[in-house]
Amino acid sequence: MKKEIQMNSQTKFQKDSMTGLRKLFTLGIFLVSFFGLAQKDIPPVPDVEKAVYDYADMLSSSEEKALRQKLETYADTTSTQIVIATVASLNGEYIATYATEWAQKWGIGQKGKDNGAFILVSKNDRKITIQNGYGLEEYLTDYNSKTIIDQIMQPEFKRGNFYAGFDKATTAIIDLLAGNFDPDALRNKSSKFDFKKLIPFIIIVIFIIIAIARSRRGGGRGSGGRRSSPDLFDILVLSSLGGRHSSGGSFGGSSGGFGGGGGFSGGFGGGGFGGGGAVGGW
Amino acid sequence: MSKNLKRGIIAGAIVLIGFIFYSMTAGFNNEAVTLQENAKTAWSNVESSYQRRNDLIGNLVKTVQGAADFERKTLTEVIEARAKATSVNVDAGNLSPEKIAAFGEAQSGLSSALSRLLVSVERYPDLKANQNFLNLQAQLEGTENRINVARNRYNEAVGNYNILIRKFPNKLFAGMFGFDPMTRYEAEAGAENAPDVDFNFN
Repeated sequence: MKKEIQMNSQTKFQKDSMTGLRKLFTLGIFLVSFFGLAQKDIPPVPDVEKAVYDYADMLSSSEEKALRQKLETYADTTSTQIVIATVASLNGEYIATYATEWAQKWGIGQKGKDNGAFILVSKNDRKITIQNGYGLEEYLTDYNSKTIIDQIMQPEFKRGNFYAGFDKATTAIIDLLAGNFDPDALRNKSSKFDFKKLIPFIIIVIFIIIAIARSRRGGGRGSGGRRSSPDLFDILVLSSLGGRHSSGGSFGGSSGGFGGGGGFSGGFGGGGFGGGGAVGGW
Repeated sequence: MSKNLKRGIIAGAIVLIGFIFYSMTAGFNNEAVTLQENAKTAWSNVESSYQRRNDLIGNLVKTVQGAADFERKTLTEVIEARAKATSVNVDAGNLSPEKIAAFGEAQSGLSSALSRLLVSVERYPDLKANQNFLNLQAQLEGTENRINVARNRYNEAVGNYNILIRKFPNKLFAGMFGFDPMTRYEAEAGAENAPDVDFNFN
């Protein structure tokens, strides 16, 4: 009798998990069909994180090199990452949304600053989009992007001068951002004190002082060996930590060491994109 | 087997089952709370991008009124649709399917009124060259994309949450803890074409 109940509950359990699985499966199919709207996959985050990805071969290798040098140097000095990508076709995707999700997935720009810009061109669709990270919204407004596409890129692209179009457009973006952008980095570099950043350092110093005071007082209670050397060691470790802290890096990770190819030092920093930007064609 | 030993085994089993139950449900509960909050945040982004669009349309109406003796009927339609769209709000804490549907309906009503307005602008060359108008047009187009992106992210967040609460054995606990499935914000018929409203007047 007991065994039967057990059996029953077991089969019921299996049944439940089966229907659960089936539901999950149908849900999965539903999801796939929903996201089936995304007909073209976003390329995976590349190993070498550089400024130009010419998937549609619209640029010669020397042109690509020149653009990369310009944009990667710019990123090294300002932390603002401008990335160009070309694709052969969008397979029916709406270029702006596709480019936003692409830039978001790759994390162009720095985390927190969201200072990335992404220029995507589809060769066969003859479409251009410029997407800006949240942090650039103020300078690279939708209207500015639209103007860059319509007034600068379109005429060059119509004549087949893709390099000139990209070159002039990125110069325009850099000019827009120049001078008034990245006040944070400037503030960090200048001697202006940020008191908040000193707080952990101060706390550590207080701890050290307390520790020293204690160990001096406690010296009489024996265990003398414990006293001198570890404390000195702690002080060294802690002060070096504190020192690193106060210089709080404004640039993403330090050199990523991407062999030979160069690319952005530190790679893509995880900047966010919300869909701001403009679209055009040629 | 002594009675005591039996009791001991039963007590041990109960404690073990209790512990397993607790660890399963606690983990599930916390994860569900996180995913639900993510979805709610994503919804507020959907609403704020629509709000952005409503603000831009308000400015657009003013610009159009100021720049040309524009067709009254088209303008009135946009103004009315905008008033309706601004009045329908969905609180992120209460995302019922009916409310989401009403919200979507009001917004798509505004989308179609707006696209009719932009089509009729074709007949006003002065307006088409108006700096203010061009600016608003570019911003509107960018905002349609912001809406698209926010909607996709909301639906993705809802998807993640729904998958979690429907998975076995979580679905057994979901009802117990009051985690109901959330509703997607489906693109209404034609709404996904909204960004394609022809903004290229060149």
